[in-house]
Amino acid sequence: MEPFTTLTAVAVPLMRDNIDTDAIIPSREIRSVSKKGLADGLFAGWRYLAIGGRDPDPGFILNDAALKNARILVAGENFGCGSSREHAVWALAEYGFRAIVTPSFNPIFRNNCLANGVLPVILDRAVVEPIARGLGAAPGSFLTVDLEEQELRDEVGGRWRFDIDTEEKQALLSGLDPIARTLQQSSAIASFRDRDAQARPWAYSSIGRS
Amino acid sequence: MGRTIFDKIWDGHAIGGPSDDADLLLIDRILLHERTGGVALKSLSARDIPVSAPDHVFAVMDHIVDTFPGRTSKTLMPTGTEFIETTRAGAQAAGIRLFDLDSPDQGIVHVMSPELGIVLPGTTLICPDSHTCSQGALGALAWGIGSTEAEHALATSTLKVQRPRRMRITISGRLGPGVTAKDLALALLGRFGVGGGAGHIVEYAGSAVEALDIEQRLTLCNMATEFAAFSAIIAPDTATIDYLKGRRFVPAGGDWNRAVEDWLALSSDPDAEFDTELSFDASGVAPMVTWGTTPQQVVAIDGAVPAADDAGQTGAESRERALRYMGLEPGTPLESLAIDAAFIGSCTNSRIGDLRRAAEILDGRKVAPGVKAICVPGSSTVKRRAEEEGLHRIFQRAGFEWRESGCSMCFFAGGESFGPQDRVVSSTNRNFESRQGPGTRTHLASPETVAASALAGHIADPRKLAA
Ligand code: SF4
Repeated sequence: MEPFTTLTAVAVPLMRDNIDTDAIIPSREIRSVSKKGLADGLFAGWRYLAIGGRDPDPGFILNDAALKNARILVAGENFGCGSSREHAVWALAEYGFRAIVTPSFNPIFRNNCLANGVLPVILDRAVVEPIARGLGAAPGSFLTVDLEEQELRDEVGGRWRFDIDTEEKQALLSGLDPIARTLQQSSAIASFRDRDAQARPWAYSSIGRS
Repeated sequence: MGRTIFDKIWDGHAIGGPSDDADLLLIDRILLHERTGGVALKSLSARDIPVSAPDHVFAVMDHIVDTFPGRTSKTLMPTGTEFIETTRAGAQAAGIRLFDLDSPDQGIVHVMSPELGIVLPGTTLICPDSHTCSQGALGALAWGIGSTEAEHALATSTLKVQRPRRMRITISGRLGPGVTAKDLALALLGRFGVGGGAGHIVEYAGSAVEALDIEQRLTLCNMATEFAAFSAIIAPDTATIDYLKGRRFVPAGGDWNRAVEDWLALSSDPDAEFDTELSFDASGVAPMVTWGTTPQQVVAIDGAVPAADDAGQTGAESRERALRYMGLEPGTPLESLAIDAAFIGSCTNSRIGDLRRAAEILDGRKVAPGVKAICVPGSSTVKRRAEEEGLHRIFQRAGFEWRESGCSMCFFAGGESFGPQDRVVSSTNRNFESRQGPGTRTHLASPETVAASALAGHIADPRKLAA
């Protein structure tokens, strides 16, 4: 995972509520058992004129030339609801997005972001809406996400603090692999399991202990 | 201060004890399917990381497999075979139990796992699938995750998780005749909105919940993900014990007795504190039908497309989009809507009880001309059982297709679908744009309502037809 420190980049406002993972990456765009090759299918149902086609719909914001190198997405409530498919995050990340700003995330989607080094930024609706309006009025504007300081900044002096769990923050800053980190605690896990198997033999016996 | 059932399970699984930050939880059971599980297995093996406790992992083919009789690993979805074969190879290499296409136990993961007793009260269970919350119906702490988190769970038998807040929804009264847990789940979404459970683990309690059988509890908990909840849970009771007794992967002998003792003691203390408490009266709930493209856009079947959202959360733009997508005008009565297709299936509503109740409505009647009607049993076990009872004949004589089990047309993966702008009344859980096929218009409802609507050719109230 690439460490996340500070990112200054073009931001896209997409202020629909309840943007679901089917919309982020339609099932039909997931063609292989891979975490790659998904960027083209990102928002395919909205981005292209025809289902399965690749002719850009000029009405969809991502097709605005000023937003070509966007890396920050500003979205409505309950972003990433629906199916748990991680392909939604893989597609966003492959397209270039490294931070998503919204009043609320679906919990599975949020965890999927963290697992892929994409920073979930939660701010009040009363904060997100004016930011999105500002971006809409001046397409191509930059935002800065500073994870160390837990601060979002715009180009005209706006600054907003956001919360994030300490461990999650460290994981993003370090970019260290979560599996490797947990495996360092293997013996603690094994002895916890041994004690648990004594206390709850029924949770183990029916399936055979490995 | 007392603890909730959720706290008890969580604290008992927190390695190193519960903390204020994210906790490392022991995971008792891992379920995988070919759509999201294969990629996790493949990615682990590419990194040479072994699965830490393969006996605790169960894999099944449900999402991408076709549901036509005589199906094989070839699928209508152009690259579906790759998902099936990758999962098969990955499960074999890791020594994971696999319920493959030809297994008598194959089925939708959230249908077959309770059936086989893979999910037990008081356990932690995860699956890279959002409807894993269904299993909370048996008193397990079960939740959906992504593929990368599944890799972590497979490699370490643990997951690092932030503790959700606790919510209790106390549902008083009792559902009326012809009204089901599906209608209740939709009514709750209508009242509290699709963001209503955000950040919370929801405990369903109260007389109306206790009165539900286990299948109906599975239906209720199934839609907790539509509620944006971390998951849902219902305290185990004697109905839970009776349901689990004798199933394949439940403990036996002395371990069973000990388990039952543990399970019956597992509930929220009387003085447990919840971060959020909601209450709801089940008595007034009618059969519910969605009109829009989120499950909270729902009304009672005798209602009309409303002029404004009740839950008031989707915003005017989303609402306009939904009306346009669904081809509807405010004020249109739901029962006046002609349908093109009817679908009974999915992890929400495809268990034997669902099929029995739908068959009761279909018995001796015919699907309206021009309506494509499909029934997909939730598991091979459900299918066999239904056939033993002769239900398949009732469905087929009425004009329903009778399929092999799987997720099927609950979602469109590139294979089979309903047509653009087809209006489908469906016993599934998601009415998102293009969920059941590009441009397809989905109305969520109970299996009874789907059956009644298939007969009428328009959305119809099953209570008017009940035998
Ligand atoms: S039936 Fe539908 S909702 Fe359920 S697991 Fe399958 S695809 Fe998901």
